[in-house]
Amino acid sequence: MAAAMLGEVQHRSVAGHARWVRMSHWILAASVFTLAVSGVVILMAHPRLYWGAVGNDLTPALFELPIGRNYKHGGWTVPVTFFTGPNQVVSAARTYDIFNENSWARSLHFLAAWFMVVTALIYLGAGLIGGHLRRNLVPRFHELSPRLLWQDVVTHLRLPMPRATGGPPYGPLQKLAYFGVVFLALPLMVVTGLTMAPAVTAAYPVLLDVFGGSQSARTIHFFAFAGLVLFLVVHVAMVVMTGFKRQMRVMILGD
Amino acid sequence: MNKDRLISRRKLVTGFASTGGLLLAGCSSKELPPTYGNVLRMGDLLTYRAFRMLLPAQSLTREYAHGDISSSPAVGNTNPADSQQPTFNADRGPLYDRLRTGDFADWRLRVEGRVARPASFSLADLKRMPARTQITKHTCEEGWSAIAEWTGVPLRTVLEAAGILPSARFVNYYAYDDIAEGIDMLDALHPQTILAYGMNGRDLPLAHGAPLRMRVETQLGYKSVKFIERIVVTDEFDDLGKIGSLQNGWAWYVGI
Repeated sequence: MAAAMLGEVQHRSVAGHARWVRMSHWILAASVFTLAVSGVVILMAHPRLYWGAVGNDLTPALFELPIGRNYKHGGWTVPVTFFTGPNQVVSAARTYDIFNENSWARSLHFLAAWFMVVTALIYLGAGLIGGHLRRNLVPRFHELSPRLLWQDVVTHLRLPMPRATGGPPYGPLQKLAYFGVVFLALPLMVVTGLTMAPAVTAAYPVLLDVFGGSQSARTIHFFAFAGLVLFLVVHVAMVVMTGFKRQMRVMILGD
Repeated sequence: MNKDRLISRRKLVTGFASTGGLLLAGCSSKELPPTYGNVLRMGDLLTYRAFRMLLPAQSLTREYAHGDISSSPAVGNTNPADSQQPTFNADRGPLYDRLRTGDFADWRLRVEGRVARPASFSLADLKRMPARTQITKHTCEEGWSAIAEWTGVPLRTVLEAAGILPSARFVNYYAYDDIAEGIDMLDALHPQTILAYGMNGRDLPLAHGAPLRMRVETQLGYKSVKFIERIVVTDEFDDLGKIGSLQNGWAWYVGI
């Protein structure tokens, strides 16, 4: 009975995507898209990134992003120092009406984050119990040999790309990409996001030590976002190049 | 040993019971921020309830060393008497100007609502109360942060001086400009929630909220309202109308 069920799961996973995989894929896709858009809007309110515990317009930035009109706006009164002596921290008032759509962008960001976290937890639970993660996503040790990886890189660069059947089994690079998103990038996004939350770091100040401060966490959050965008571009390109209709059909209808 | 276990088990049971109370119909709708049927406000409410359920209550935020104090931008309103500011109030703005000219000698903080003894305190009254100094991080919703040293009286001390009634659930505070905010009792009675009259070792500067500002260290900066005029304790949720965050599209609870 159990063997028959396992065989059934095995069979279905070979011939496309299981229904729960398809459903979580599209909910996660919609959530991540919403998170990305609202995240960029939030970043546009303060397109400066820092390293350490704090950072603001009166302290040096790690780098600044030329997105929106707040980029290097420079609308500040003449700074006045708080202390006499070596500590030259200052205060200045803003004289510039900044772009700020965070009222809806922040709430939308967290709403989408709830959808992402809940869906990802269900996906991980089902994937662990059913063996989907172990069988299809975690790379086998022998698959990580330099020779096989190089072979897979060459396969990806050779045109035209072979048409995919849709669904597992996945190649070594494909496994690494999915594994990286599911087990590294998305969890890192959640944890660095929470490290920016004052109520969370009050309860778990260890987060501040892990990432080197909430501004460092914000910068890591941004780089992980950039990594996910890169993944998305390659992912969609691969879907298009390996038979778009077939791939979409398999991820929507199952086979 | 056995006794310890018994107590911890009992604590565990009461812990679960109170969690269940929060999860189910523990609060009436008047004890929660409204959603107005808006999906964004529903998400905010979910975050608020999840944080209250999952995070240990009243943990202290990290306090920093004097050398960690950073530069502090002054944003939002930097002078309630300035009629050019978008939150200028035609009645309280000129009043603030007169009080400031008199070095805030005639300034009073009113505490009213669900308290046993509605009271008003002068700056000297507040400075006579046990003070707390803390070097903490101010996190702005815009994305930046700053570390400063704040000196003031715990909000809890002021509320207890006026006598909080058992039915009290929220503490709302109004500024001299058209700004008001509110917090629940958990944040209001938090040891680091203070009414600050000092910043970085001197009197609170004008641009940072003179003579008195709120410091809510467990939430984002916009809950730390400057130029405090009045505190109102309520037993029902008050969205504070057009001068509160909710009707302007902003989340009420911003521990995130």
